[in-house]
Amino acid sequence: MPAKGWIEVNEKYCKGCELCVSECPQHVLALDMARLTPKGYHPVALIGDGCTGCGICAIMCPEAALTVFREVPQKVPA
Amino acid sequence: MAKELLKGNIAMAEAAIRAGLEGYFGYPITPQTELLEWMSERMPALGRAFLQAESEVAAINMLYGAACTGARVMTSSSSPGISLMMEGLSYIAGTEVPVVIIDVVRGGPGLGNIAPSQGDYNQIVHGGGHGDYHPIVLAPASVQEAIDLVVLAFDLAEKYRTIVFIMADGNIGQMMEPAELPPMRPIKTEYPDWAVRGAMGRERRILSSIYIDPKDEEVTNYRLMQVWNQIQANEIRYREYYLDDAEYVVIGFGTAGRIGLSAVRMARAEGIKVGLLRPITLSPFPVPQIERLIPRIKGILVVEMNAGQMLEDVLNIVKGRVPVEFYGRMGGMVPFPDEILSEIQRMVCEGIPLDGDPRQRWMKRLAPVIHWQN
Amino acid sequence: MDTTLSAQIVYQRPQSLTEATMHYCPGCTHGIAHRLIAEVMDELGIRERTIGVAPVGCSVFAYNYFDCDFVEAAHGRAPAMATGIKRLLPDRVVFTYQGDGDLASIGMGEIVHAAGRGENISVFFINNAIYGMTSGQMAPTTLPGQKTTSSPQGRDVETMGYPLRMAELLSNLDGAGYVVRRSLHDPKNIRMAKKAIRLAFETQLRGLGFSMVELLSTCSTNWGLSPLESLKWLEEHMIPYYPIGDFKVAEPLKELKV
Repeated sequence: MPAKGWIEVNEKYCKGCELCVSECPQHVLALDMARLTPKGYHPVALIGDGCTGCGICAIMCPEAALTVFREVPQKVPA
Repeated sequence: MAKELLKGNIAMAEAAIRAGLEGYFGYPITPQTELLEWMSERMPALGRAFLQAESEVAAINMLYGAACTGARVMTSSSSPGISLMMEGLSYIAGTEVPVVIIDVVRGGPGLGNIAPSQGDYNQIVHGGGHGDYHPIVLAPASVQEAIDLVVLAFDLAEKYRTIVFIMADGNIGQMMEPAELPPMRPIKTEYPDWAVRGAMGRERRILSSIYIDPKDEEVTNYRLMQVWNQIQANEIRYREYYLDDAEYVVIGFGTAGRIGLSAVRMARAEGIKVGLLRPITLSPFPVPQIERLIPRIKGILVVEMNAGQMLEDVLNIVKGRVPVEFYGRMGGMVPFPDEILSEIQRMVCEGIPLDGDPRQRWMKRLAPVIHWQN
Repeated sequence: MDTTLSAQIVYQRPQSLTEATMHYCPGCTHGIAHRLIAEVMDELGIRERTIGVAPVGCSVFAYNYFDCDFVEAAHGRAPAMATGIKRLLPDRVVFTYQGDGDLASIGMGEIVHAAGRGENISVFFINNAIYGMTSGQMAPTTLPGQKTTSSPQGRDVETMGYPLRMAELLSNLDGAGYVVRRSLHDPKNIRMAKKAIRLAFETQLRGLGFSMVELLSTCSTNWGLSPLESLKWLEEHMIPYYPIGDFKVAEPLKELKV
């Protein structure tokens, strides 16, 4: 089963440049045309399931606007 | 410490080292090169920074960076090199970091020559770099005074976070005189709270001359002017000779002031009541001192090794209240004492007109001296 | 033992960046370069002993974005200013961040001599083949035929000369310890760029001399393209003229795993 991941977009920084959108291997990123950031850009958003938390969007992001998370299995004592 | 026979350039270099100099950046140019050579030997031996830059443009910007660390730093050059440094000087002034610069002035304009001159008065006293700023400019007339002023220069630069120039000339730089060097001061161990040395355990610091909002730039300019007002109020330095009963006053700085003193002594021997005012700070200029002389004197003779650059400042103070005469030699020529003596004698015998332009009158008198044919 | 799922942070904003929003246009790769430098500063733990030197050009405000001490140089003079700082504080990490007008045009003297001296500083050189801040004039790195506001018919090499390949030029100097060119147009190249930035700092930390990473970058506003089209233009037009590669790597660096 592929890892499950997600991102948080800091709308203070995102300028809607779409560099992350174009490189997302899962094609689960798009600009949210219903929202505007404080600077007046449409911010990027996850638009569906399938994010693996690979972090490629963050590698492309010129604004360091993205935090990338991934669920990892962890063994805990019963 | 005992007096020793010292060459001006080397004396100034060693004085800077003993004042706690941590970094020197320069470029060879006559007639100041011995200063750089001295630094190249002494600074590395003491474990301090010396670098021969690829140009004066680089040297002044290395100095700018080094000054941002809060250390005592210095460069030296001569007129064409100082011209090249003007960009960096304006940035240093705008960033409010302390530096000391020694200018061993030579004949110009252009490539000119390597003879002693005072042709840099305007470019260092009245700017050169863009924007409103005022460096402190100190003009020594002997090797001993050059030593003392170099030490003072570092203290003033740090006190006011400003540029301090030593405006010497080829005479001061090249001549040998008995003089006493100061004791070696230790390198400082504490640095000012604006110094950029890495944000170890504190908020980061930024040193910059950029104030992109004109409102902030105006506030910065106002602060620079406030500091300049303090400097004007506290730091004027000058020497006066035979002024108590003087009816005529010679005003000259550096080498011209020193030669002027010889002429004044010769005139005194003839019974002429003449004295000398020798500004040591060309910036701030001794305005109140000249002002106080005006009501009790019959005339002023300004003597310079240029075409009357300081003359403008004197005229601006005098404002036509007493007659002013000018005598200058240019392009690396140095006046003899008897040239100045004959100017004093002429002034006393013939009187000076209160109106008219002293520079025009001087040019007419100078033409036969320099064999001008037209 | 049971298995549960817990959230792990894969990527977060580097601590060596301040909280300021950058003034660059959307999609400008200056931001990527800033981010990578900050990430490497975090990884090496050098933020508190690093001093940056900002240039004149689009990145004139770089000092606002790095959470370390910074100074602002005159146009082209950053390597001289960095030299002054490094000579006074040899145990600090000193870097300049310069664009192509700053480094390859007005600052050519300062960069060549800093490299020649083996000045132990790191230089991050943004080559986007155009003057950004003054709105799109010809740069020393503008490509033959490339239209700019001061070469409106395209750069004619007969009259305007040829673009300068700075990495190749500086790599010929004995003082250079590490001189490479990288690109910021896709994830693979950005990863390579980050490794190069790391190696540039490592060069300095090991006292191996002058280090420079030339970073091929975009300027979508002045190229007249969208941010995505700009990445493609960079790949198709700049890389053939400015090949990605290692032009000088000091021996001790070759064994280093980063």
